[in-house]
Amino acid sequence: MTLADIPEVSIIVDDQGTDVPAIIKGTGHLPEMRVDPIGLFHRVRDECGDLGRFRLADKQVVLVSGAEANEAFFRAPDDVLDQAAAYPFMTPIFGKGVVFDASPEERQQMLKNQALRGDMMRGHAQTIEAEIRRMVADWGEEGEIDLLDFFAELTIYTTSSCLIGKPFREQLDGSFAEIYHRLEHGTDAIAYVDPYADIDSFRIRDEAREQLVAKVQAIIAARLARGEAPKDERDLLDVLIAVGYDADMVTGIFISMMFAGHHTSSGTASWAMIELLRNPAVMTEVVAELDALYAPDADGTAPEVSFQALRSIPVLESALKETLRLHPPLVILMRLVQEDFDLLGRTIPAGTVLAASPRVSNRIEEDFPGADTFDPARYLDPRQEDLQNRWTWIPFGAGKHRCVGNAFAMMQMKAIFSVILRDFTFEPVQPVDTYRDDFSKMVIQLAQPAKVRYRRRRR
Amino acid sequence: MRVVADTSVCQGHQLCQGEAPTVFGFDESADVVVLLDEHPVASLRAAVTTAVKYCPAFALSIEED
Repeated sequence: MTLADIPEVSIIVDDQGTDVPAIIKGTGHLPEMRVDPIGLFHRVRDECGDLGRFRLADKQVVLVSGAEANEAFFRAPDDVLDQAAAYPFMTPIFGKGVVFDASPEERQQMLKNQALRGDMMRGHAQTIEAEIRRMVADWGEEGEIDLLDFFAELTIYTTSSCLIGKPFREQLDGSFAEIYHRLEHGTDAIAYVDPYADIDSFRIRDEAREQLVAKVQAIIAARLARGEAPKDERDLLDVLIAVGYDADMVTGIFISMMFAGHHTSSGTASWAMIELLRNPAVMTEVVAELDALYAPDADGTAPEVSFQALRSIPVLESALKETLRLHPPLVILMRLVQEDFDLLGRTIPAGTVLAASPRVSNRIEEDFPGADTFDPARYLDPRQEDLQNRWTWIPFGAGKHRCVGNAFAMMQMKAIFSVILRDFTFEPVQPVDTYRDDFSKMVIQLAQPAKVRYRRRRR
Repeated sequence: MRVVADTSVCQGHQLCQGEAPTVFGFDESADVVVLLDEHPVASLRAAVTTAVKYCPAFALSIEED
């Protein structure tokens, strides 16, 4: 049982280099993953093919790509490939003392059954429409926004309102989003050596978490002082208080519930806007589609956004899918191999980390001709390159663990763009090729500045 | 056409039932889709195509006979 016959990718960042922090000297590819993970993951496929290997400290990572290897990866049962153990950078964010009774798989199932049920989507769509309208309510005739600030704040309100409850959301303001962002930024890959290492970004992360706990503590105190709320005004927080959880535990639960839906949706909305600005012809088509869809009929009634966002908006959907293909919010998905695992005729020994990369797979040229080009037409009949490549078109992952929130996420994107493109036009205020992601943390965020200018439409 | 459902990836969202209730059913105990009609009539093609396209788990497909 050996990994020796799986090729290892070249080293291009010296792990003993003078600018490599002492704590990660000698950790193989870890220093490169901290500065250019995309370059590393693409090079694995370029040099090694469907199975290639790199090293993060004492962990051997086998990165798979291509339909056959991806399918085996995504179909493997949880007791063979375990997700929880592969993300050490998440533990301090959810909370060291926070113990969940449920595995990630069970939590995902609970979320699906409770907050993401099909029959709850209409209510979520109304909530999301209202939150967007609130965010743009104080916009003037024209002005500038930063995409990261704007969408990160909006998605704090939508995820907290839909997943936790309206009363809790009403007790949040922009400062919650700002603190949450610092928490997400505390996902340095140094966590693969020590998630509690004494470095700035982890100190900032732990401080941010304490600030969130203090905010939740204050909200809990106010609720206890107020006494029991009428039944129809209760939310998940009231339930957790009644169960007897303290503020630290409640905060950990909320962070974990909101995490998967926050930076992902925020980043996707930002990149969709950027791609539409980079591709004005597509923007024109999308705006024309929305104008036609929401045009009032003879008696003056127009479809509501919350209704339409749950239905087909084909041109906008194609633009969103293409945004997700080129800019998947998660660039790598990892599992810890629990028992020896056979893959493409090789045996991957227990203890190895197995990984698939949405970023690499989504750009495989054979599956997506012109893979680096933004081309929403690839989703039209008969090409349907998402359905035709269900194991390599993987912005939401694939298989049993395919993102349970993907229908919610698409609905949210459709609602956001329905509202803002109907009422405003947008233009870039910096060269369009200067919008970029910050890849220095495992949670990827838009690099700032990422400003755009809005102008109210005249109709 | 033949409808195929991969129950090993189905997540039980049940959206397909809304699109084509005579084609897609639901097994409550296993929390997965059940095919009620593997060879739906041509008039159901649009509804089945929509169900395949919007399945949140990518668990459905159509094979041409």
